[in-house]
Amino acid sequence: MAEMNMVEAVRHVLDQEMGRDKDVILYGEDIGKNGGVFRTTDGLQKKYGEKRVIDSPLAEVGIIGTAIGMAAYGLKPVVEIQFSGFAYAGLENLISHAARIRNRTRGMFTCPMVMRTPYGGGIRALEHHSESVESLYIHIPGLKVVIPSTPYEAKGLLASAIRDPDPVIFLEPKRVYRSIKEEVPSKSYTIPLGKCRIVQHGSDITVITWGAMLKYTMEALAKMDISAEVIDVRTLSPFDEKTVIDSVKKTGRAVIVQEAVKTLGFASEIIARINEKALLSLEAPVKRITAPDIIFPLFKLENEYLPGEEDIIKGIKEVLEF
Amino acid sequence: MDEKGEVDGKLMPKFSSKQIKDFYESMYILRAFDKKAVSLQRQGRLGTYPQITGMEATQVGTALALQKADWMFPSFRESGAMIARGIPMSKILLYWGGDERGSQFAKDQFTFPISIPVGSQTTHAVGTAWGMKIKGHKKASLVYFGDGATSRGDFHEAMNFASVMKAPCVFICNNNQFAISTRPDKETASETFAQKAIAYGMEGVKVDGNDVFGVYKATQDALKKAYSGKGPTLIECYTYRMLDHTTSDDASRYRSKKEVDEWAKKDPIDRLRKYMEKKKLWTKDYEGKLYNKVQKMIEKEVEKMENITPPDVKDIFKYTYAEMDDELKEQMSKYG
Ligand SMILES: Cc1ncc(C[n+]2csc(CCOP(=O)(O)OP(=O)(O)O)c2C)c(N)n1
Repeated sequence: MAEMNMVEAVRHVLDQEMGRDKDVILYGEDIGKNGGVFRTTDGLQKKYGEKRVIDSPLAEVGIIGTAIGMAAYGLKPVVEIQFSGFAYAGLENLISHAARIRNRTRGMFTCPMVMRTPYGGGIRALEHHSESVESLYIHIPGLKVVIPSTPYEAKGLLASAIRDPDPVIFLEPKRVYRSIKEEVPSKSYTIPLGKCRIVQHGSDITVITWGAMLKYTMEALAKMDISAEVIDVRTLSPFDEKTVIDSVKKTGRAVIVQEAVKTLGFASEIIARINEKALLSLEAPVKRITAPDIIFPLFKLENEYLPGEEDIIKGIKEVLEF
Repeated sequence: MDEKGEVDGKLMPKFSSKQIKDFYESMYILRAFDKKAVSLQRQGRLGTYPQITGMEATQVGTALALQKADWMFPSFRESGAMIARGIPMSKILLYWGGDERGSQFAKDQFTFPISIPVGSQTTHAVGTAWGMKIKGHKKASLVYFGDGATSRGDFHEAMNFASVMKAPCVFICNNNQFAISTRPDKETASETFAQKAIAYGMEGVKVDGNDVFGVYKATQDALKKAYSGKGPTLIECYTYRMLDHTTSDDASRYRSKKEVDEWAKKDPIDRLRKYMEKKKLWTKDYEGKLYNKVQKMIEKEVEKMENITPPDVKDIFKYTYAEMDDELKEQMSKYG
């Protein structure tokens, strides 16, 4: 056991998985000597050498495209895209190939790659460094999408992602890279993909969230005197609908807190599932607390833009008092 | 011009004393601006800022070669080229202070906003240049990007389009030896970046990016060629990034002080000063006056940047589309 933040937990599990499986290869921009711009790979090149921890050319299409071929060949590329906003050029390869190789070849070729990338706002970063675009990936059948919310979660989920037989997009909420510390077992463990986590049980309302927003949701709830059941979605695709539906059937009320813009965020999908499977249990319309449908502002306006504690408290109250 | 400020008489273009002083003063301003910007960032008055120290000759030599009607496409590194072109420093500081209004330049400055995704501006510049050609305008566009950017497909597609369309576009590759921590030999197996032009049937030129005369001349030649319908040129400016990649970086993790000290000897401003001293264009008195003038100028610009009214989220709603739909209007109403 050791206390770790998420950067340390990611580095620790990458190290463990590299030790466990010699086919795990890391590459990306500045991940070698520099240890990655957030230091998630710090020291790994020294330990495993330049053949397994590689500074790649500055080329996202190349990084993602070569990972597909390398994964099909039997290696396990775990590639880093420096910031999620720079993965877009690589989307063609993810959508047109990574997601489809298994089906296209009826299982002859597969694509067990992992694309890790820091995402989300809240750190006064430059343009394109702050968006929450998980929906781009969730919308693609064949890709798995995982977002950890704490260091413990990051370790177990990334281990599963690396061992998974299919392509996994692993989005790391950089806003909580260093702001949450918790005990992380040094022993290797996995957290299964495709399962939500009930963070706390409650009876008044179900609050569903993922990534960095979990921390802010918990802080908001700490200021409210209610019994909330909190669900951390953690794998957005495949989505563990059952945990959410069971909870909503019990509480009769639900709020979803999402950092992404409103339209077509994952909250939309959750609401649709609740409508399909738990509508008659609802005592109030389901509410989503999201960012507005505008371009992520440069950082002076970042805090006004991101859904914050006040928005969360207000939204939960509205649903409780409906 | 070499490190001692010596020039090759046969190659030296004719520059007036005023032009030479303009080069010097522009570079001088950029060095002082860079220092100020870093100190503002350290005090929390700016966000992440990418430094330009060491690359002044590349930025000034290219920017001053442009005609007023030409278009400039900067990467995040070109604060200096933009200032040399006449974009107010207060705007540039505002941008790095996290405020969209810092990209709102005067219409007749023909300067695209800074592009953060590496190399993505190259195709835009080609499109504008191609448009100039379609319209029959005798103008050109000039686009900046780093050595790292040449690894991206955008760059290659832009080069190919420009050549095929014979677009009046000048490609400036600022080879400052780094893409954050990554060296040119990890970006390319080519001997030079300039030679990449050959594959596209384009002329490629490599210049000493710390020699402002050489950079200016190469850019001016490329622009003239572009105006006359002879198509694009790639210019590699060979220089060095003296400071960190940005204020969030720590270059001591991946390079030695010794290496930096070696490059310090090739400083673009020092060598021009040496040249001017020999030509009696530089005196201590001139430098003293320049120092005072520049400090005052920068202080005024910082004040201007800091005294601006706070930005309004509603502006982002207003500028997302030409017209707002009802849903956006409702979302905006939350902000008062
Ligand atoms: C498409 C893309 N990938 C990654 C980044 C992150 N990043 C910012 S600057 C940079 C290095 C750029 O190197 P180079 O093109 O040589 O320009 P320089 O910084 O040296 O001016 C990287 C990797 C980015 N901004 N855009």
